[in-house]
Amino acid sequence: MKNSVIFGTVAAAASLAAGLASAGTLDDVKAKGELACGVTTGLVGFAAPDANGNWEGFDVAVCRAVAAAVLGDANAVKFVPTTGKTRFTALASGEIDMLARNTTWTFSRDVDLKFTFVGVNYYDGQGFMVPKELGVSSAKELDGATVCIQTGTTTELNLADYFRSNGMSYEPVPIETNAEAQQQFLAGACDVFTTDASGLAATRATFENADDYMLLPEIISKEPLGPLVRHGDEQWGDIVRWTLNALITAEELGITSANLEEMAAGTNNPEINRLLGTEGDLGGMFGLDKEWAKRAIAVGGNYGEIFEKNIGENTAIGLARGLNAQWKQGGLIYSPPFR
Amino acid sequence: MKNLSYVRTEMLPEQAPPVGETGIIKWMRENLFSGWMNSILTILGLVAVYFILLETLPWALDSTWNAGSLNECRENAPGACWAVINERFPQLVFGFYPNGTDGDPDQRWRIIVAFVLLLVAVAPVLFDKLPRKMILFSAIYPFFGYWLLWGGTIWGPLTAIAGFAIAYIVYRVLAPMAGNLVAVIASILTPIVWWLFLAGPIAGALGDVAPIGLMAIPSSKFGGLALSVIIGVAGIALSFPIGVLLALGRQSNLFIIKTLSVAYIEFIRGVPLITLLFVASVLLNYFLPPGTNFDIILRVVIMVTLFSAAYMAEVIRGGLAALPRGQYEAADALGLDYWKANRLIIMPQALKIAIPGIVGTFIGLFKDTTLVSIIGLMDPLALTNAIRADQDWNGIVWELYLFVALMFWVFTFFMSRYSMYLERKLQTGH
Repeated sequence: MKNSVIFGTVAAAASLAAGLASAGTLDDVKAKGELACGVTTGLVGFAAPDANGNWEGFDVAVCRAVAAAVLGDANAVKFVPTTGKTRFTALASGEIDMLARNTTWTFSRDVDLKFTFVGVNYYDGQGFMVPKELGVSSAKELDGATVCIQTGTTTELNLADYFRSNGMSYEPVPIETNAEAQQQFLAGACDVFTTDASGLAATRATFENADDYMLLPEIISKEPLGPLVRHGDEQWGDIVRWTLNALITAEELGITSANLEEMAAGTNNPEINRLLGTEGDLGGMFGLDKEWAKRAIAVGGNYGEIFEKNIGENTAIGLARGLNAQWKQGGLIYSPPFR
Repeated sequence: MKNLSYVRTEMLPEQAPPVGETGIIKWMRENLFSGWMNSILTILGLVAVYFILLETLPWALDSTWNAGSLNECRENAPGACWAVINERFPQLVFGFYPNGTDGDPDQRWRIIVAFVLLLVAVAPVLFDKLPRKMILFSAIYPFFGYWLLWGGTIWGPLTAIAGFAIAYIVYRVLAPMAGNLVAVIASILTPIVWWLFLAGPIAGALGDVAPIGLMAIPSSKFGGLALSVIIGVAGIALSFPIGVLLALGRQSNLFIIKTLSVAYIEFIRGVPLITLLFVASVLLNYFLPPGTNFDIILRVVIMVTLFSAAYMAEVIRGGLAALPRGQYEAADALGLDYWKANRLIIMPQALKIAIPGIVGTFIGLFKDTTLVSIIGLMDPLALTNAIRADQDWNGIVWELYLFVALMFWVFTFFMSRYSMYLERKLQTGH
């Protein structure tokens, strides 16, 4: 999910190739007629193929919105499943045009690997899940606990930092995949399971007796997840950035998939008009037409609708908006104005 | 006194053997209870089997095949949730191949046809009683199978075959005129020129004139068992001849050939397959000019082939080493040249000795195809993860892994049975 060791080796090569492969991504995508979008090989709620092989999920929705904005067809996406080890090279080498794979925005990825994070579509953080019978109500009471932890990720480092700074000790039970973690945790091989809070919620939702387990209130790390593109093609970065912003702004302005056509016919709110292309020509500034944002919103609705459909409280995962509420509702989701 | 005889004049009627010496009881006495040590082990074994079945059978049988999600499964039955296999079976077998739901017609028949034809193409290689003419089909199958699976215009594979025909004609025409060596070199160079410069445009032109073809399927649509079989079969078919050549090269008296073979074998055997797969997926992208789209499955097949060819070479070298020196000398004494000696005397015997090792390498290669999940290809193991990422099926582990294991077991089991059949058939000892 996060850091991997292969990083350093990739970085040098990435910086070489990034400059070469990146000129004119928009033209490349238009010429190919499809957007190559890197996703995970499968993460509940964020990206997964259904029985017919159609990709669905919160990250997938970003890919589809960009494809709709650029190509006018939300299905003109070639989904490239990437693993934690191949995702950055796939992007740097030009195999994919953008990566929407719940990737944490960090300094080294942005600067050293030469990627541009165009925004944050989900604010995550590392949490803890415990069985209720363990009788703890705070992570501060976990001294001496055995902890199931995915190896080779920043999760591992965050955990070590947290326990050390609180003067506690723990015994790690290293595991490789989330599925393995579930099995180990349910079998009682560890007292605590730690990973991103969204992953914990998704995992807990699958338990037969989900009520016997609880998430602890502490969130011990910042994991801003967002789509990213290569350095060096600002126009393409702008397109992806503002497509995401269009989805966010649409929610803020009350544009939904239900009232989109009505709004697009013209309203009294000039920002809505600018966004949907009835006034001005924002799309023309980065090489698209006027209705790019309208098409992006038409795919799956605004940010809030996408959230509710894929990971919201009515789904099996049941994530509350929390930090991912609009800024007016006390969250961090905030788009610069369309002007 | 006359008729007194101490010898019985009539035969005693045959009697049934004692109860302990026949049928099931005899078999059990010989195989399960021969001695107190073995009896104890038998009883312990039975107890172990009983407890394993006690745990697993209720789980496996008290299960449900029809449900839309894991939660529905749990409402229906406490045991296994086979419904996930029921729903995702096509995906586990065919991957993302167009199944008629996204507007394009259902194309999955092509995989089935390609697989059935694969069996037909392999049959004459495996069983020598079949008509020898069938080997012609085996020879063109790689092109035909490629066309069936990836689609596109039929002229691509046809022009590729034409390259071989050209090589043959060039050799036939030049050999009497310019001698063997010139003919061989020319017959290697001309098809390369043909493939590099002429085949593409000609195939394009023919495609414009007579657009015969199937819908093109990009490599990203391949997945599931089909992907494993494609990589496995291609790897097996390609690595065997390369392995034979490498084994001969390592035994060669020619210094350069020998050194190159040894270096290659030792290098590849010193590198894990995962490293080679990462090279295929990651590094090649940097080395190749930007924009080149070198097919990922092709890259993986090449790497898997290179990898298992090195192991194959060592297995075959073992067969060569096991052959008595006299066989080589006999071949020399008969006046056979190097290739004839190898083809007629050395290789048939060496390969026979090496059969178990060769098939073991094949089986290993086939199972190693699951490693491609690490570079993001959707083989059955990667699909289990993707299926689990569906909210409906998150939390299912054993059912999926058991099913994938079963699919692989079927293939590897038949490979190993065939190797036993072949060993028996070629058995010439006493």
